[in-house]
Amino acid sequence: MNKNLLSINDLSREEIESILVTAAKDFLELPKRDIKKVPTLRGRTVIDLFYEKSTRTSTSFELAGKRLSADVINVKADSSAMGKGESLKDTVLTLNAYGPDIIVIRHPHVGAPAFIARYTDAHVINAGDGKGGHPTQCLLDIFSLKQEYGELDGLKVAMVGDILHSRVARSNIAGFRKMGMEVTLIAPPPLLPRGVESLGAEVAYSLDALAGVDVVYLLRMQKERHGDSGMIPSLREYIARYCVGRRHISGDQRVLHPGPINRGVEIEAELADSGENLILQQVEAGLAVRMAIMYRIIVDSAAASAEALEAGAAGEDRADADIKNIRAVG
Amino acid sequence: MKATIAKKGTKATMTIRDAHLFDPVQGLDTVTDVVLEKGMIARIGKSAGGGKDGRVLKADGRLLLPGFVDPHVHLRAPGREDEEDIASGTRAAASGGYVAVCAMPNTDPVADNAAVLQSLIEQAEAEAVVRVAFMGAISHGLDGERLSDMWDLADAGAVAFTDDGSPVDSGGLLRAAFRAAELVGLPLSLHCEDRTLSDRGHMNEGGVSAELGLAGIPCVAETAAVARDLDIAVFEGARVHVAHVSCAGSLGIIRAARDRGATITCEATPHHLLLSDEAVRGLDTGFKMNPPLRGEDDRRALVAALAGGTIDCIGTDHAPHAGQEKEVPFEEAPFGVIGLETAFAMLYTELVEDGDVPLETLVTAMSANPARAFGLPLPAIAEGEEANLCLVDTEQEFNIEPDRFRSKSRNTPFAGRRVKGQVRLTIAAGRVAFREENV
Ligand SMILES: [Zn+2]
Ligand SMILES: [Zn+2]
Repeated sequence: MNKNLLSINDLSREEIESILVTAAKDFLELPKRDIKKVPTLRGRTVIDLFYEKSTRTSTSFELAGKRLSADVINVKADSSAMGKGESLKDTVLTLNAYGPDIIVIRHPHVGAPAFIARYTDAHVINAGDGKGGHPTQCLLDIFSLKQEYGELDGLKVAMVGDILHSRVARSNIAGFRKMGMEVTLIAPPPLLPRGVESLGAEVAYSLDALAGVDVVYLLRMQKERHGDSGMIPSLREYIARYCVGRRHISGDQRVLHPGPINRGVEIEAELADSGENLILQQVEAGLAVRMAIMYRIIVDSAAASAEALEAGAAGEDRADADIKNIRAVG
Repeated sequence: MKATIAKKGTKATMTIRDAHLFDPVQGLDTVTDVVLEKGMIARIGKSAGGGKDGRVLKADGRLLLPGFVDPHVHLRAPGREDEEDIASGTRAAASGGYVAVCAMPNTDPVADNAAVLQSLIEQAEAEAVVRVAFMGAISHGLDGERLSDMWDLADAGAVAFTDDGSPVDSGGLLRAAFRAAELVGLPLSLHCEDRTLSDRGHMNEGGVSAELGLAGIPCVAETAAVARDLDIAVFEGARVHVAHVSCAGSLGIIRAARDRGATITCEATPHHLLLSDEAVRGLDTGFKMNPPLRGEDDRRALVAALAGGTIDCIGTDHAPHAGQEKEVPFEEAPFGVIGLETAFAMLYTELVEDGDVPLETLVTAMSANPARAFGLPLPAIAEGEEANLCLVDTEQEFNIEPDRFRSKSRNTPFAGRRVKGQVRLTIAAGRVAFREENV
């Protein structure tokens, strides 16, 4: 892994597979044990910096950090200087002074994780940046699909709903395609971004297109982002045409949703409660995958810097390296 | 006095030897000497010895051009002197080869009445090293609802009216402004944007915005407004200048309105001519401005329209912003980039050297055309004219280094570019306004 996880595009297919192996092998079974904690990140500090309200993602990251034995600090938008007009740069410089190992950031603006990475030595993990991306969601979705299907190559996925406002759609289209899956987007034109062709997915306007797919991925309707004039004629009309229920789902199709769900808007209550959906598996996967990401982001970079140190110490720089080591200890 | 400059310093007396005089309006393209006496061009032609007091500047065949005129700059005074003021903004202009700039009225307070304009003119008379022409606001406080004191502003010296920074949303108010401007014979400079279409966008709407997840500003937000605004201008027989054209679709509308008899000038910025929305991928706020960088097809259409004459002016839309205001995530950053100190070198290197635009077209679009559009003194290399010229080096390559800017701000999209066309000397209104060290 690179120093930071800012976008799903930071990871190669091999790196994604390797993270998922770590998640499955080391962390997935942990919740079933009596002792749910491992000492992997003991003595490390993780700051969860959340500028948007989020229950599931922040809970998932907090628990992941704690189960890795890290010291986890939650900084929420309404409980810090953020509400007092302090700039993001200054907030991060201040947090950086505490020497965190990882900063997990959720922010309403695209590119905020890359922005703060300029001002901190910590590893930065993007937990959702505006409409930009949500790479850890993408990884946990790939993980859930892998657990369910085994082989991902050639798997057909339909993503349904409010594509325009969805960072999950953006990350998942890229991530799913990277893993060899085919993606179809199903939404009315106002909820598709102009230039959608460049995302590399097929586009359909009707749920009829669900017929040919293996996986149905539902997106939350983000009414709060639709503005005053609204983007669709009415929610009632939207529901009549795009709310997915059991009758739309055939035999072995599986349903995913990143949550939180709007029952009766994008998903009918009956489907939300049925065995065809993997929504709770996604939550479990989220914990294991986020533990794997935090573990790997620290371990991989430690390995990389140890390698660099070895390479340096082997040559004439040995004395210098030794001095640096002594200083680091002192 | 329509365009003001500080009357400080002595008028230049010198001989510029072996310069490549290039003034398309005068039909001048020759290597010879220019003798300046007390700020006037006294003689053109091989001269014996130095000038009267012997001051000789060896140009070694470098280009001597009519000084540039920028129809669109934000000098931020009054109100944001931390970002720019008349002294720093005109020093920046001079170092870019400009001898005159048109300052926008979207300041704090807004230049919507004679008192504000008067004090700006007095400030320019004390501080400006190049001529500054001021535009007055169209609407009171830029509120888009009531006309400003347009006639008083004209009497006080405004050269045009604009609400730039904002469009004039109301067609009715725009029409009223055209009619009021007719009495004083001044043009309107229009920032054409339908804000219900640009909505809360941050960059061009297209494939890149879809991938980044940024709300887009579609081209139709510009073209729909250009169409409406020019329709009203044609109807009223008004003179109008279209600011910062960014979309291919606007060009046909401008041509069609000209065909219907309207007097229209228009400008493109160096950034819209040289950059596309691909540059926004890195989310560097130095590439955020309004109108936004468009698609590559639009960019090419602008270049062709500059070469073909549809676009007749280069305006930088020099918009200084404090460092901390741009040091934020892209969506939080204000719109605007600076351009006075990089315009000629960037355009020369990218468009003239590559053969897309003839040098004479670029020089005319940077000098005579904007001067005529806003009634400013025409910079001309001719005997008996006041010296308004710049000497540029088109051989030596150099790096654009924002730390060396004279502007108070650094928000350029061209940092680090390797270019030719460095300005060595600028003489504005007969005085040396800028001189590169060791010239
Ligand atoms: Zn404007
Ligand atoms: Zn402007």
